Amino acid sequence: MGSGRRPYRFFPYLMVLPAMAVMVAVVFYPLLYNFSLATRNMSLYHFQSSQFVGLKNFIAIFSDHTFYGVFLKTVIWTVANLVFHVLFGVTLGLLLDRPLPGRAVLRALLILPWAVPQYISALTWRGMFDYEYGAINLILKNALHLMPIPWLSNATWAFIAPVITNVWLGFPFMMIVTLGGLQSIPAELYEAADLDGASPWTKLTRITLPGLWPVLAPSILLGTVWTFNNLNVIWLVTDGGRPADQTHILTTYIYKAAFAYYRYSYAAAFSVIVFLILLGFTIAFMRSLKGQEARA
Amino acid sequence: MSGFGGRKKLGTGDLLAYAILVTFAVAAVYPVLQIFSISLRPGDRLYSTSLAIIPQDATFKAYHTILFDRPFGLWLRNSLLLSASVTLVSIALASTAGYAFSRYRFRGHREGMYSFLMTQMFPATMLLLPLYVLFRQLQLLDSFIGLGVAYVATSLPFCVWTMKGYYDTLPRDLEEAALLDGMNPWGAFMVVVLPLAAPALAITALFSFMASWSEFIVARVILSRPNLFTLPLGLASLAGTFQTEWANYAAGSLLVCLPVVVLFIALNRLLISGLTLGGVKG
Repeated sequence: MGSGRRPYRFFPYLMVLPAMAVMVAVVFYPLLYNFSLATRNMSLYHFQSSQFVGLKNFIAIFSDHTFYGVFLKTVIWTVANLVFHVLFGVTLGLLLDRPLPGRAVLRALLILPWAVPQYISALTWRGMFDYEYGAINLILKNALHLMPIPWLSNATWAFIAPVITNVWLGFPFMMIVTLGGLQSIPAELYEAADLDGASPWTKLTRITLPGLWPVLAPSILLGTVWTFNNLNVIWLVTDGGRPADQTHILTTYIYKAAFAYYRYSYAAAFSVIVFLILLGFTIAFMRSLKGQEARA
Repeated sequence: MSGFGGRKKLGTGDLLAYAILVTFAVAAVYPVLQIFSISLRPGDRLYSTSLAIIPQDATFKAYHTILFDRPFGLWLRNSLLLSASVTLVSIALASTAGYAFSRYRFRGHREGMYSFLMTQMFPATMLLLPLYVLFRQLQLLDSFIGLGVAYVATSLPFCVWTMKGYYDTLPRDLEEAALLDGMNPWGAFMVVVLPLAAPALAITALFSFMASWSEFIVARVILSRPNLFTLPLGLASLAGTFQTEWANYAAGSLLVCLPVVVLFIALNRLLISGLTLGGVKG
């Protein structure tokens, strides 16, 4: 197929056009607008009368040490989430692939955190983290006879709480991706390994995990970007960065700057920085994947 | 490899597998039970230190309140209208664009695919803030058009990649036969390919529906008139006004969850086969 059929030369362009038109109007145009906003001084006070200020916003961000602290927290947040998402998701996917009776029910239950709307789960977890009435401290106190934890008032615990919430939210996605990936590994590979007398461990590390990688890799990339950019969970669980703006990641920090402090241009410049960080990460990740493919 | 297990005796490995799976299943279900539990609490027992799922004096009063004494019907109507339109538009745009990306190599093919991927790198605020400022200048704040277009744009890249990945797994023989029979490419796409792509279409629909059904942060910025509130905004307003109506909030949440949870569980087999992000395997 492709370019061979003359009369329909424009067919693929026509098919792509509507989707592209929407993206240009709602994504690329605002994107350019965001870049221009980042070089002005628009705020609530200078809404109609903003001026061009060049790189002033960027200089302000990089010379303020909050940026580095929040950036570090964002990296910790992303890595912690991704490690547990992949670890739990792949483990559960592998276990669900065994012919166990009742696994359809287990699979349906395990998918639940993905199905519940994020803001509802986040607010429910916030309630469960309550010091006095929250289910988690009640379990710690009454069932395990441990000390209750100041989940939402101590800056460190208030950062761990949304991580727990987001790990809960995110593992089903990796589990489903794993289950899908397992279907694409040919059964003959396992039969051959059995003939060679391979141990279950060898089969896992030599066949299953390498076979899963092509499916997992794009999901890990997307998962990283989504987690890095996650606004809902950390915003709702910490109630906008409490205590005392100690629990921000970059996106929640920007959201607050824009929609609580109305520092529009400052927030726009910050967004550009986050975008460039993620773009750099993605390019590096895809390069290393290409490198692996070439070596394989 | 999977398939039917037969009546084999369960070994220690299987028991360990069960133990892990059941532990996680309990952890997955518990917060949802927690919502259910709160929704059954009578007004004077909202702050309770009991861990019982069914509270003492359990009552369905909150469900009655939320359905008849709060504008739940209005929120539901707004959400359904918005989610259904976003889903229809997303499917139409993603199924066509994904097909072209899967089957044809044309000028801008690579750039087009990567530009969809690139949008995932945008922090939410990078779109939200310019859209907010633009909408404010164009008087498009407080309109479903504005919000709907924003939702389509955010769900579209994932939908296009999913559709493209799924078309990649379909053999080309059928369409080629149809084209040789004199069908035009559009006909071949509509009659031959689209029905085969049903699993991916279902997933695309589910995702775009979910995305607008449960989105809170963008809606909060764009909509401020209470008669335009979607379910998420409405429920949040219960948690924000004079005092938090926790039982009503929980009852409402559960009603909002119900349709998506049912859809998700019903479609979970499709999710496994249809969620082909493709990407690396191209």
